[in-house]
Amino acid sequence: MSVTIRIPTPIRRVTNGADKVSAKGETLRDVIDDMETQYPGAKARICDDQGEIRNFVNIYVNGEDVRFLGGLDTSTTSGDEISIVPAVAGGAA
Amino acid sequence: MPHVRCMRCRECGSEYPIEPLNVCELCFGPLEISYDYASIARSVSRQSIEKGPASMWRYHDFLPVDVEAAVDIGTGFTPLVPAKNLGRMLGLDHLYIKNDAVNPTYSFKDRPVSVTASKALEFEFEVLACVSTGNLMGSVAAHGARAGMETMVFFPATLEKEKIIGAAVYGSTLVAIDGTYDQANRFCSELADDNRWAFVNINMRPFYAEGSKTLGYEAVEQLGWRAPDHCVVPAASGELHTKIWKGIQEMTDVGLIDDARTRMHLAQPEGSSPIVEAFRAGLKHVKPVKPDTIAKSLAIGNPASGPFALETLAETGGAAVAALEEEVVEGIRLLAETEGIFTETAGGVVISGLRRLVEEGRIRNDEVTVAYVTGNGFKTIEVVENGVSPVRTAPNHEAFQTAMEARTARTRSAAVQPSTPGGKK
Repeated sequence: MSVTIRIPTPIRRVTNGADKVSAKGETLRDVIDDMETQYPGAKARICDDQGEIRNFVNIYVNGEDVRFLGGLDTSTTSGDEISIVPAVAGGAA
Repeated sequence: MPHVRCMRCRECGSEYPIEPLNVCELCFGPLEISYDYASIARSVSRQSIEKGPASMWRYHDFLPVDVEAAVDIGTGFTPLVPAKNLGRMLGLDHLYIKNDAVNPTYSFKDRPVSVTASKALEFEFEVLACVSTGNLMGSVAAHGARAGMETMVFFPATLEKEKIIGAAVYGSTLVAIDGTYDQANRFCSELADDNRWAFVNINMRPFYAEGSKTLGYEAVEQLGWRAPDHCVVPAASGELHTKIWKGIQEMTDVGLIDDARTRMHLAQPEGSSPIVEAFRAGLKHVKPVKPDTIAKSLAIGNPASGPFALETLAETGGAAVAALEEEVVEGIRLLAETEGIFTETAGGVVISGLRRLVEEGRIRNDEVTVAYVTGNGFKTIEVVENGVSPVRTAPNHEAFQTAMEARTARTRSAAVQPSTPGGKK
């Protein structure tokens, strides 16, 4: 039951430079908690003091923005790919 | 860049040295260039700017690049056209069109890309890249060619043919993504992490964004050194809207004008209007949507600068309006038929948005209003193809007369149908 998480540059300091890590959990929330256990400090980069996803962080499960799914309650299954992407990337006009 | 202080997080205020970095390591907030305005104020005057080149680089003191190092293909200082005919139709006495469709690659994107290409050379990148809804890729390809850099452009595969060819001609590597812009954008954000490429709107975004400020400076100077009362700006990521306002404010910060009470309005197409929806609901953050609009250059469902556009709306008393999908083409035709300016779909959205703002009573007839037309009609020719039927005739007088009479009859029967201003003739 493990998922792969792609780590963006700003968090790689916390993951000892790793650009991909594995974590376990049945929901995105569990996965992030498991990541925190493995890499202390990771959660604070992704979530705010209330435990919600930070304003400038976008998270995708298998390429879909979790805001179109269940947010932190989005269920995750073994083999899922999770991407953490800064919200301010990209954009045109 | 004698006047640059550092990069600063727009969210938490953390400061960083000048490097190709776009996100705060602490909170993921966007980084923005911070200037020493007292230093700028000492080195610029209205006269010094007026003596500068007839391009965006006359404002180089406000940009994070040394003017000698600028990759300049002749961008900016585009016409501010008094729109008397359109103004009369809408009931506005002082309407101006900022026609940025006449830049070297026919959109405002040449402004941010000129700054970014210059900076990419300074950082010794060999590849200039972007993810684009269409206009950006042509500009990146052109500036890369000029700078002697390799270019890679990523875009949603459904893009208009004109925009794809308009990048290919410069020798760019084209990558069509099977997916939406937002999906392409996520993918490219990850590519930018793993490759040493200057992605103009990802890792180079803080520099890129600065180029758009020049649209604010130019309007102020061209109005005779005064801020407009209203600006109407197209919005996709929302960045242009905030940067035009930043440009106008900087004119007051350095004392080139006394004050600026501009109301900054923005327009989106109904089929991709997440910022408008957040504005209507009174939210501070934007909920992403799945775009479905003919205005492909504005088809961003997850706008990177949405929260800042909402802040700018609130700060200036501006409004966010949506143009119905059928009004996009009406707006294109209205501008073409009244002012002789042919804009792409984003411009159609602006003109229809302007009309809505007037109908809602947000703009008084004696106020100075600038509507930004940021892209050229020849890039989205497919949306105005329908109904084009030339009079066909042999090259003799009799055939011509017969053909013209037939046309007049057709026009009369069509005129019986009710039509809206700017509708098909």
